[in-house]
Amino acid sequence: MDRNTPPPAPPKKRLTIVDLALFSMVAALIFYAGYRVTDVLVYDWNWSRVLNFVVRFDDDTGRYVPNLLLYGLATTLRLAVWATILATIIGVTMGYWRTCDNLALRILSRGYVELIRNLPPVVFIFIFYFFISSQIFTALGVDDIDRHGPLVDNPVFSLLFGDPALFSNFLAGALVLALFEGAYITEIVRAGIQSVDKGQWEASRAIGLSPFNVLRDVILPQAVRKILPPLAGQFITLIKDSAIVSLISIQELTFLATEVASTTTKVFETWILVGMMYFVLCYSFALMFGWLERRAARSHR
Amino acid sequence: MLDQNPQPFVEIRGLCKWYGDFSALHDINLNVALGEKVVVCGPSGSGKSSLIRCINQLEAHQKGTIIVDGIEVTPDMKNKEKIRREVGMVFQSFNLFPHMTILANLTLGPMRNRGASKSEARELAMHYLNRVHIAEQADKYPAQLSGGQQQRVAIARSLCMKPKIMLFDEPTSALDPEMIAGVLDVMIELAEEGMTMVVVTHEMGFARRVADRVVFMDEGEIIEVAEPEPFFNTPQSERAKLFLSQLLGH
Ligand SMILES: Nc1ncnc2c1ncn2[C@@H]1O[C@H](COP(=O)(O)OP(=O)(O)O)[C@@H](O)[C@H]1O
Ligand SMILES: [Mg+2]
Repeated sequence: MDRNTPPPAPPKKRLTIVDLALFSMVAALIFYAGYRVTDVLVYDWNWSRVLNFVVRFDDDTGRYVPNLLLYGLATTLRLAVWATILATIIGVTMGYWRTCDNLALRILSRGYVELIRNLPPVVFIFIFYFFISSQIFTALGVDDIDRHGPLVDNPVFSLLFGDPALFSNFLAGALVLALFEGAYITEIVRAGIQSVDKGQWEASRAIGLSPFNVLRDVILPQAVRKILPPLAGQFITLIKDSAIVSLISIQELTFLATEVASTTTKVFETWILVGMMYFVLCYSFALMFGWLERRAARSHR
Repeated sequence: MLDQNPQPFVEIRGLCKWYGDFSALHDINLNVALGEKVVVCGPSGSGKSSLIRCINQLEAHQKGTIIVDGIEVTPDMKNKEKIRREVGMVFQSFNLFPHMTILANLTLGPMRNRGASKSEARELAMHYLNRVHIAEQADKYPAQLSGGQQQRVAIARSLCMKPKIMLFDEPTSALDPEMIAGVLDVMIELAEEGMTMVVVTHEMGFARRVADRVVFMDEGEIIEVAEPEPFFNTPQSERAKLFLSQLLGH
């Protein structure tokens, strides 16, 4: 036999009758739900009223300007970015503490993780919110920052933190979310650190690296490659979980959507639209993380 | 002859080590003079690795004293870092950093600890890569090298810290037979240049050629210390006789 002939092509994957039947059943269900809503429910669909809350026509300037839902989306995005950054810092620190030799640090980080994992998120958020905003923020003076000071009253601040008038509201939301998600990231980081071969610790210690350098130069780069997929999943969970801070009146997408739904009474349109916004947001992040993962895999030979 | 050196480079007195309740090392006394080559052998689980890992404090000991180059070894972090810069170590499983090129594996230590600039560290690394006959692989990643090449890189990585003593923990045990000679050659060259070495190995040819003394361990104790020829030809203890017969038996 000639060894240079190419290998036989693998069999093609085709949809079978059973698959098609399954698809038709799903389609039938969707049609039926649509039929119930239009014919039985007698619901008066009005998309333009809700879309008005995405962008509205401003009579004074004669231009379209963003409205509540778009503001909410922007706040959700900011919330997600800041909470992700903070949660990563918390998670890496606590995750390292979970694995280190110091007993006090191990107890502290373990306590943090167990506390958060064993409380319903809503309960934790209420307790912490009323503690942070009523005690700590007042003590720190966050509530009475100068809204017209040069540090606050500029476009960069608005881009990073949104409306200065709502700054302490935003900060509370970001903090509470970061603390909450940080516990889950802690566990992911711990698993990542522990998955690095013991020999890597020994070899880096044996050439005299300090504990910080061992972690930064040798352990974390290897851990990160392993934990990138669960980490990406957790970041996307964070975006979705951010909806829960609407309960403490953080002016993000879900909170404003509740308001829009009640003022317009267009419940279906509002929540379908908001659902699509969350989907686009989360799916874009998922695609971005997928790209990052492939890049990391390429550089690691 | 070297035993009479008044100032041993490594001095181990009354060393005891436990893992939990398990006594892994019991009352170890051993001196290593500057320039001396000591081969440590003994059955698996006899405490050879534990002994040399106590010297650079990869494992903490609970009793006794270890003095390296006049510094007493303690669990204090600063002290450990200081000791580890004088003591190089080569592992059975190489333990190269897989996410870095060969060159980066070698330059990391000098850049972080000795304040070497990038170009200085690079020059140093290339010097040692040349000495282990592997300079042309500098830009590859560890996984692209054979086991023998990886172990030679690991030796070069340790040498980049300019250690005064090198510890080897069964450096050839994880290698395919055809790779062993290349690594042993590098170690013999290093010995001939006068490096102080403590080598855990069962390579009798290497021990005969290089060792000043052979230390035989069993069950956490030093049973016998002798020059290689008398040790291999006429071992004194029953346990050493049994061990050597098993070693040659297969
Ligand atoms: N980290 C550890 N925890 C518990 N027991 C250990 C550990 N390391 C080694 N031991 C035990 O200590 C004894 C000596 O081990 P070691 O020094 O590795 O022996 P050797 O290198 O001669 O094979 C063995 O019985 C081993 O099982
Ligand atoms: Mg061993």
